[in-house]
Amino acid sequence: MKQHLLPAFRLTLVLLVVCCLIYPALIWAGAQLAPNSGQGETISHRSRVVGYDNVGQKFTRPEYFWSRPSAVDYNSAGSVGSNKGPSNHEYQATVQARLDTFLLQNPGVTKAQVPAELITASGSGLDPHLSPAGAAVQVARVARARQLDAAKVQALVAQHTQHSLLGPDRVNVLRLNVALDEL
Amino acid sequence: MINELLGIGAIYFLTLVLALPLGHYLARVFKGEKNLLDFLRPVESSIFRLSGIDARREMSWQQHLVALLTINLVWFLLAMLVLSTQGSLPLNPDQNPSMSPDLAFNTAISFLVNCNLQHYSGESGLSYLSQIVVITFLQFVSAATGIAAAVVVFNALQTRATDKLGNFYNYFIKSLTRLLLPGSLLVALLLAFNGTPMTLQGKQELVTLQGDSVAVSRGPVAAMVAIKELGTNGGGFYGANSAHPLENPNYLTNAIENIALVIIPVAMVFALGFYLNRRKLALMIFGVMTVGFVVLLAPTVYYELQGNPAISHLGVNQALGALEGKEMRFGAAASAYWSITNTVISCGSVNSMHDSFMPLSGLTQMLGMMTNAFYGGCGVGLLNFFAYLIIAVFIAGLMVGRTPELLGKKIEAREMKIAILVTLLHPLLILAGTALTAHLYTGNPQEYAGWLANPGYHGFSEILYEFTSSAANNGSGFEGLGDNTPWWNISTGVVLLLSRFLPIIGPVAIAGLLARKKYVPESAGTLPADTATFGVMVMAVIVIIAALAFFPALALGPIAEHFSLY
Repeated sequence: MKQHLLPAFRLTLVLLVVCCLIYPALIWAGAQLAPNSGQGETISHRSRVVGYDNVGQKFTRPEYFWSRPSAVDYNSAGSVGSNKGPSNHEYQATVQARLDTFLLQNPGVTKAQVPAELITASGSGLDPHLSPAGAAVQVARVARARQLDAAKVQALVAQHTQHSLLGPDRVNVLRLNVALDEL
Repeated sequence: MINELLGIGAIYFLTLVLALPLGHYLARVFKGEKNLLDFLRPVESSIFRLSGIDARREMSWQQHLVALLTINLVWFLLAMLVLSTQGSLPLNPDQNPSMSPDLAFNTAISFLVNCNLQHYSGESGLSYLSQIVVITFLQFVSAATGIAAAVVVFNALQTRATDKLGNFYNYFIKSLTRLLLPGSLLVALLLAFNGTPMTLQGKQELVTLQGDSVAVSRGPVAAMVAIKELGTNGGGFYGANSAHPLENPNYLTNAIENIALVIIPVAMVFALGFYLNRRKLALMIFGVMTVGFVVLLAPTVYYELQGNPAISHLGVNQALGALEGKEMRFGAAASAYWSITNTVISCGSVNSMHDSFMPLSGLTQMLGMMTNAFYGGCGVGLLNFFAYLIIAVFIAGLMVGRTPELLGKKIEAREMKIAILVTLLHPLLILAGTALTAHLYTGNPQEYAGWLANPGYHGFSEILYEFTSSAANNGSGFEGLGDNTPWWNISTGVVLLLSRFLPIIGPVAIAGLLARKKYVPESAGTLPADTATFGVMVMAVIVIIAALAFFPALALGPIAEHFSLY
């Protein structure tokens, strides 16, 4: 062991320089060419940064599209899922309560129209997206609160729906809400 | 649903298409033949010169192990030192505190052994210095350690009698310079251009559109996430790991990360075939691994796309499947695929919360870690498979009355004992740890109430999963578990140490012993190891030893939960 100890120390020092200095520096340099210099893409509204493209936000007012339930309440200084098991009765009661609240705040919507994502929490607690169905079911409420034609809001949702060949279709909630404010 | 299934099909297909040439390349690298990155030789020479290492000195299997264990000890001490003092060290813009001794112990071990069990949350538990000097560093070197150990076994299985098995430092450094560093560089840049942060600035405070004040965590994420996946490490920069939208911003990055974590374990199997010039053997190993993988994958995708029956009862639209703990940009199918690739391979990163998966998906995830050889971790997956192979050769040999031989070398009592010890250690650590914890918990449920996030069968699954993940050096968790307590930190820390180094020492020792033996050319009396029949035999051994040992425990957890839910 003794004959290996000194080389091990020296090799560790050399590798610290390679893996912890040169390697991150190269990526950092490359990232300077990436959008927003590798600091994450932000979204601005009326010349103020209102959030990150990829980080979901909490919306509670009726005139905005709401994001999914979140175990961290969209506090982006942390991130976690609810970690509730599928058979947990307390969890099932929470989901039922979310559904009841949603139906109450969106009169005219039936249970079968509510997609599961609106009553279940995401993995990160910061999910920035909804499915097109998750946005569609909120159109009537948003249009009413903003005194807009529902067709116009629906068109905006369609415009902000990202289709993909391989993954599920989705709508970025923050981008959609910014577009609403800019109408 | 169709495009979600197409998505995971495309990810798997691309992985294989890339793994085959990579395997060929790796075989050339480790044989010292001409290859693409030979221009890096001066860099490697200067690393060896600066470290005072003669990389041409041939080592016996014992010398390999001493070198491996010594340098691992140095890394452990370095990690302990930094983690327990990070609060007063530089590069800590969010002013996160130093770790408690038991948490530092658990974290240092966990990353040293390529497990990456995390009993802290990255946003608040680590400084940027720790993220780079401890986490990223250990993710590189622990993966390279596993690969180097596998190459020692490759070398030993050649058709000659010797105890000179190459140089550990040579294999180790080449794993870094020829594979992990360039690969991570590529992956990290792809991530950075898709919105993953790469900055040393702290949290950004901002006011949201609706008017709430929030702080968004940033950091040198891209550099770390790349090696996290490529080195089958799995420990996330953020608490939510690859479910976090900055750590894994879109479907494309999800595919890139998922391919990155599967590619080396698969390529190593192909590399074995090219290295030994025994392609049929590699094909047999790949076949058994793939069958095991698909058997675990299919039900998981099915149950996740079906959704939670308890939520179906509410009468809502569950067309996209079970979504608790999942992200909309990935969907149920890609989340299920990710969870199985990450559990059969000891990576353990998550893009959705395993705690919230359907009960039988939890079962398949655990089985992936219990067998721990369907592809398996960087290098070590093949070592685990090698132990199963030895047992299968021995049993099959006895069954048909032939001398047990593998690749022209006789398997005798000594090799068999080591292989059995290594394979039985795994269920012992998992089941004993789970039993002990369940005993503690039931003895005083009030005192330990913080441990479990879910009652009943699922709570038991949380305990079982944690020990399975530790013993498989996986690192994912049923994260509802309140695991930052001295009991969990120390018990899983000990399991981690035993289950990393013994399964490396065992197979390397077997290979070393075999290498010394006289080569007996294959004859009519030889049981060929590269046939489909033998593949079935290996699979039977894996099912009997690994899977059935766990059946009673699984019946108490996920199986019972399944029948209570459906």
